[in-house]
Amino acid sequence: MLGRIARHGLTIVATVLMGGLLSATLVRFAPGFDTDEAELDPHLNSESLQALRQTRIEQHNIIRFYLHSVQRAVRGDLGTSISLGQPVNALLRERAPLTLRLVGIGFLLSWAAVLALSLSAAWLRALAYDTFATILSGSLLCIPAAVLALLSVLWNVPGALAIALIIAPHDYRYSRNLLAKAYSLPHIVTARAKGLSELRILFWHVVPVVGPQLLAVAGVSVSLAVGAAIPVEALCGLAGVGQLAWQAALARDLPLLMNITILVTLVTLLANSGADVIGHMLRGQEA
Amino acid sequence: MTIWRRVACSVLLLVIGVSLAANWLAPGGYARQYREEADAAPSRAHWLGTDEIGRDRFARVLYGTRISLLLAPAAALLSTLMAALVGGLAGFLGGSWARAAMAMTDLFLSLPWLFLLITVRALMPLNVSPIVSVLVTFLMLGLLGWTSAARVLCATASSLRDSDFVRQARASGIRGPRLFWMHVLPNLKPVLYAQFWISIPVFILSEANLGILGLGVAEPMPSWGSLLKELEGLVSVGEEPWKFVPLLLLVIVVTSFQLVLSRQEEAAA
Repeated sequence: MLGRIARHGLTIVATVLMGGLLSATLVRFAPGFDTDEAELDPHLNSESLQALRQTRIEQHNIIRFYLHSVQRAVRGDLGTSISLGQPVNALLRERAPLTLRLVGIGFLLSWAAVLALSLSAAWLRALAYDTFATILSGSLLCIPAAVLALLSVLWNVPGALAIALIIAPHDYRYSRNLLAKAYSLPHIVTARAKGLSELRILFWHVVPVVGPQLLAVAGVSVSLAVGAAIPVEALCGLAGVGQLAWQAALARDLPLLMNITILVTLVTLLANSGADVIGHMLRGQEA
Repeated sequence: MTIWRRVACSVLLLVIGVSLAANWLAPGGYARQYREEADAAPSRAHWLGTDEIGRDRFARVLYGTRISLLLAPAAALLSTLMAALVGGLAGFLGGSWARAAMAMTDLFLSLPWLFLLITVRALMPLNVSPIVSVLVTFLMLGLLGWTSAARVLCATASSLRDSDFVRQARASGIRGPRLFWMHVLPNLKPVLYAQFWISIPVFILSEANLGILGLGVAEPMPSWGSLLKELEGLVSVGEEPWKFVPLLLLVIVVTSFQLVLSRQEEAAA
């Protein structure tokens, strides 16, 4: 188990470092890099302009630029936002709690709905109910996330519910199939035939079979929920990290956008690794 | 083919046919302004009314459908080819090549899709001409959308590498690119077809999301994303229902693609 956790830890560190290098390279080669509006100031003389250019000279070498960024990040300095003129650290600290709350509640609401729908579909085994649930989730899958966010504004629906509506249809497809498959396993059919209660069958026979796979789907849906935070926060006027990323993209504030991207990568990797480790523990218990 | 798939195919053909006939059905074009009729309700002259600067909404829907429906498959083709090249070759070569390619794939997959899109879109100039914005948007979708398909193709190519017929071909002296081209790639076709079909609705929805967020196709060029941006100004759903026509069309088309691709998924499985 410890080896598995260490492997996940190493993968996360390697991915973040590789992602950081890739981000630094993209920022370095993006159009408009190495330009400073201050240079347009007609009051500056040639020495001042030279001094301004000298301050950016280290950014020309990608490796040096990247190492310098990593050094600063280790010290807790994520740089300053170009468009907002504030430290990235402060911006993230200010906005992260709202996004965490929004994504967390949206994730929980989504999974409550998904489990309720897919379990009732497996228990009822009624074609009409199953068709209704499939059509409902299929229709939601065909609507862009940003349109769902806009509709939530029109209907005064909370942002967390909009996130739940965006991610639930993706999870429902997998969880319904997994549960339907588990309930058709011979030992579960026998348990049902012998008259065991549905709850006992669920917790003693179904959860150990589908638990690890459902956890893996839940891990992936964290990534979906974080992605859904962009349109929901941007269009519902919620001042979270998703809105910050959108504003940074519109203003081409690349340092801010890169920091948010690496942070989001870290969160999704941690969620997926956590789901994998817990799933492995469940499988170990079953064995 | 079930009745639903036939209906879905017919709907797709009809929508594509009508959008291709945009030049005849809406000869005024998508950018022409009727300044005296700005923000008008549907009429005989303008079937879906006009937008806030007086452009015929019906014409814009037709031309926007054409752009979204022609370029999404083009982006899907590009991403499928990239997936075949990266995933297929990585699986075929195996060893450290496969590990390196899959590490790169994992890096892309660990980022939420919309985050990745807005990040890469922000790296490119935003003040480009409308036609360049269309190309940039769909090219970006094609160049970034190959990762999940590459994983599937890598696994398939890896299993093919150890199959009897490939071993036999190798024993007969066929090696390198010829082995990949003649024996591995043809057997990846069902997975490639499935990935191509799966990518189209994903790219249509992604373009719509980018358009609504103002990071997609630039004005005055219409696309489903830029047309849906109009919904931002609505106060209530029942106020101007004709503004929902692009959304309705998008849902119908994506649903039709889902119905058609369920067959492709079965074929791939």
